[in-house]
Amino acid sequence: MMTPRLTLGPVAYHWPADKKIDFYAKIADEAPIDTVYLGEVICSKRAPFFDQHYSEVAERLIRGGKTVVFSSLAEVMLKRERKATKALSELEDYEIEINNAAGLLTIDGRAHRIGPFMNVYNSQTLGYFAHRGANHVCLPVELPSSSAALLARTASELGVGIEVQVFGRASLAVSARCYHARAHGRTKDNCQFVCEEDPDGMPLTTQDNQPFLRINGIQTLSHSYVNLTDEIPAMVDMGITDFRLMPQDIDMIEIAKAFAAVLHGEIAPQTARERINALEIGAPFSNGFWHGQAGHRRIEAMGRSLG
Amino acid sequence: MTVAELICPAGTPASLRTAVDAGADAVYCGFQNATNARNFPGLNFSPDELAASVRYAHEQGTKVLLALNTYPPDGKFDLWKEAADLGARLGIDAYIVADVGVAEYIRQNHPGIRLHLSVQAAASSPEAIRYYVREFAVKRVVLPRILTIPEIREIKSEIPCEIETFIFGNHGLMVEGRCSLTNYATGLSTNMDGVCSPAAEVHYVRDDQENLSTRLGEFTIDRFGAGEKAGYPTICKGRYTTAQRQGGYYAFEEPISLNLARLLPDLIDAGVNAFKIEGRQRSRAYVREVVSSFRYAVDQIRAGNKPDLADLVALTEGQKETQGAFRTKKWR
Repeated sequence: MMTPRLTLGPVAYHWPADKKIDFYAKIADEAPIDTVYLGEVICSKRAPFFDQHYSEVAERLIRGGKTVVFSSLAEVMLKRERKATKALSELEDYEIEINNAAGLLTIDGRAHRIGPFMNVYNSQTLGYFAHRGANHVCLPVELPSSSAALLARTASELGVGIEVQVFGRASLAVSARCYHARAHGRTKDNCQFVCEEDPDGMPLTTQDNQPFLRINGIQTLSHSYVNLTDEIPAMVDMGITDFRLMPQDIDMIEIAKAFAAVLHGEIAPQTARERINALEIGAPFSNGFWHGQAGHRRIEAMGRSLG
Repeated sequence: MTVAELICPAGTPASLRTAVDAGADAVYCGFQNATNARNFPGLNFSPDELAASVRYAHEQGTKVLLALNTYPPDGKFDLWKEAADLGARLGIDAYIVADVGVAEYIRQNHPGIRLHLSVQAAASSPEAIRYYVREFAVKRVVLPRILTIPEIREIKSEIPCEIETFIFGNHGLMVEGRCSLTNYATGLSTNMDGVCSPAAEVHYVRDDQENLSTRLGEFTIDRFGAGEKAGYPTICKGRYTTAQRQGGYYAFEEPISLNLARLLPDLIDAGVNAFKIEGRQRSRAYVREVVSSFRYAVDQIRAGNKPDLADLVALTEGQKETQGAFRTKKWR
């Protein structure tokens, strides 16, 4: 069995450039992460703020021993989004992850990864993409373990990596409309980048004062953080090869260390969970999707050590 | 000028006959399971019902489109295969699909039957549409409800297939096929189970001051004062609180219907080949009124006349209506 890899998904939020540069510098130097996904996946309007920094950030991460992958936009509609998608699919020096079918038109058999927005729910879809050059697939966050296990088996036969998000808020929806702008009485075209004010998303609370969702521009995320520490041993057994942490505005180095230690069999999932709990993140943890139940739920799993 | 077919909802055999009689060019429907995105109790067709319905529709010159527009989770793919095979045996005229695996299966096994790309596939650019056309010989794409008419015109000029747009009915806010909100709250998935806000998970709770909370699973989606008309709790139509706003506000959109009656001539001019009316869950009376009204309007436009669109506009009178993204970018 291959050594499982820890990955860091693309930053979904609109963090200021300096914050992102510092974040990736720390990741490069301190985080036991194997693969880092870069790129603006949510809103094409944000891209110009960071475009000039990517090559420097990527170099730094590569010097830190990480594999760097560039992720494409989830929603492609406008001219600038079409251009950005085309440019990414022609990127020569890095691996790429495709998040919208627009990126597949000109891929021409070139090796690529398939991102979580591409809806790989079954082995037929996986096989189709693999035969056209996909070498790695990140599954949708809502997919239950019963289906992920079957997909992992198919992926192993095809020699394709299979990735599951194990930490961070779940992406629940994307829209053409910007809900950050709407909350501030603006529209997407004159948003003035208000999303920058909420580095971990804008909370939506029910009228019963129950925290429910988080808004990130055109994206809606869960209030709860997906946390599959307890499930990792079973996931490794079923053949999941890559374990994705989604960047949140918290101590991601500590999160990465805890997950890496579980993946490498150094500590029990329960110990990792206690270390993560000590960070007092301010949101509940959930694993319902993985167990085929309501996504917000926290199901007690039987954690055991990989050691 | 395009022919502009009228594509009408058929939630039951009775409403299928109603839509056919009211002048539908095509009806769309699904089986009684997760293979279609309106998997509601009491809706949809048994194999025998579909067989009889296809016969009825074809006798009147109406086409039947089979919705297989959900995403089969691994381990359940056979259900979608069986539905595709059954549809072919019963003589349906086209499949409406979203999943790449399902599209590939149909292309290989039923290459003689037209494939339409569902709105659930979220193909919103010429590149994405051309990709599906090249790979699966898709003949028509149902466009996501996020594009303006100038954008639709531009897409049409760059793709080698037909375009279908929604013109009337429920107005979903999220990109279709990419929404897990219902699954987050209830454990039933829009993509995998074909349900959005399932009735079994809906609860109405009244407090001692007669305020009514509408709940989905464990979450309050909206709250209504005494005498206020309560809507059905759909997450993207609910009211929530956030720091920037006073009290509960519609964070995504108000409960509102799409009505593009006024834009029909512009849509035809932009090259739209087919107009889709939403509403497989609606009554026969609703289907009859909406289909016959749009039938009249489309025929008038085709004949070069300027139809009085007041009747169509009145269909949503008393309710809030919108032209959504179609009229202006400001909607976004």
